[in-house]
Amino acid sequence: MKLILSNVSGIPIYQQIKQQVKAAILSGQLGEGEALPSLRTLAKDLQISVLTVTRAYTELEQEGFVKNVQGRGCFVLGRGSQRLQEHLKYRAKTCLTEGIQAGKLAGLSREDVHHLLDILWEASADDE
Amino acid sequence: MTNDLEVRNLSKTFGGFRLHDISFTLPKGYIMGLIGPNGAGKTTTIKLILNMLRRDSGQVTILGRDNVADEQRAKAEVGVVFDTNYFSGDWTAAQVEGALSGFYPNWSTRRFAGLLARFGIAPARKVKELSKGMQMKLMLACAFSYDARLLILDEPTSGLDPVSREELLQILAEYIEDGEHSVLFSTHITTDLERTADYITYLRDGELVYTGGKEEFVDMFRLVKGGREELSPRLRERVLGLRTFPTGFEGLMRTQDVGEFPGLYAEPASIHQIVVFTNKGGDFDA
Repeated sequence: MKLILSNVSGIPIYQQIKQQVKAAILSGQLGEGEALPSLRTLAKDLQISVLTVTRAYTELEQEGFVKNVQGRGCFVLGRGSQRLQEHLKYRAKTCLTEGIQAGKLAGLSREDVHHLLDILWEASADDE
Repeated sequence: MTNDLEVRNLSKTFGGFRLHDISFTLPKGYIMGLIGPNGAGKTTTIKLILNMLRRDSGQVTILGRDNVADEQRAKAEVGVVFDTNYFSGDWTAAQVEGALSGFYPNWSTRRFAGLLARFGIAPARKVKELSKGMQMKLMLACAFSYDARLLILDEPTSGLDPVSREELLQILAEYIEDGEHSVLFSTHITTDLERTADYITYLRDGELVYTGGKEEFVDMFRLVKGGREELSPRLRERVLGLRTFPTGFEGLMRTQDVGEFPGLYAEPASIHQIVVFTNKGGDFDA
């Protein structure tokens, strides 16, 4: 997994870590049971405060993405985690809503959008 | 969580200076920045911690030991780096080891040799021939050679070039990585602390302004900016260190107050900006 922290984005560093770890988990780049980098090693490598990484990892745990095992590290939870499921569903809804709005703007009818969705679904099934 | 350093109600008056009722704690495994403008009391605080000055009142516990009653043992595992080195200029690096190693039962000659090699210091070089950055690294090499668990640095980066400052931060980050070592770091160059410090203790005019987490500290304030016409009397009251100029104004505001002024431009403030704006007049208590 790669982490790129920006000093000019205005986004707090702990947020940037959270966003990038989440993205890696959601894209499958980080699989179930995989360990996140050790908290203190990551702080050293990125030259950031230990408490900044602690905050990112703690919030990732609260949101159901990882599990912290005392003394052993932080591990990625499976997609089966309830919190993660909720998060994934929420994300699907947001993306679909965005698609519907774009469709309306393009003058597509409800049937057109349904049809388009079916085509895209078939197309993405081929990818897997 | 154990504390590697506890300072309680520390006070000292001398000359025209008064350090008043300073308390803070540094938990094991973290870096604390001691900040404030010149004359705030940073060096006095450090000298009191090391019992180089006699305190008027208060208590200091280093690695669980009283810094006065149990001074020898308290300081046996403390490493100190000052902005000017405390070795004789005519000593070579090897002679520095000879002078110091006897005081520390844990001293490892092998480790010292390894550190000199890593830092690029030839053992035969005289202290006065070393650059400022090299002298700082020599002091660090000494502290690491007896495995100091608490490192106290007083303005280590003043007078250092950006490359040496960066190297120091990298060395400190490695030092605390195992969670067993802690750093107290006084500086007025706060950019050194923006990223690596876990805790901040802020002194001003001998008084404690803030001690606690760095993120919470930075989060307490926003930098606000706007046009002259936006500067209402109410807003003026709320802005710390207000600076006005023909095309607008800027200043610092408590994050909790920002909501009161919809449409006001507000952005995160750096430690540097917080120190600057809270020292330009205006009452401020954290």
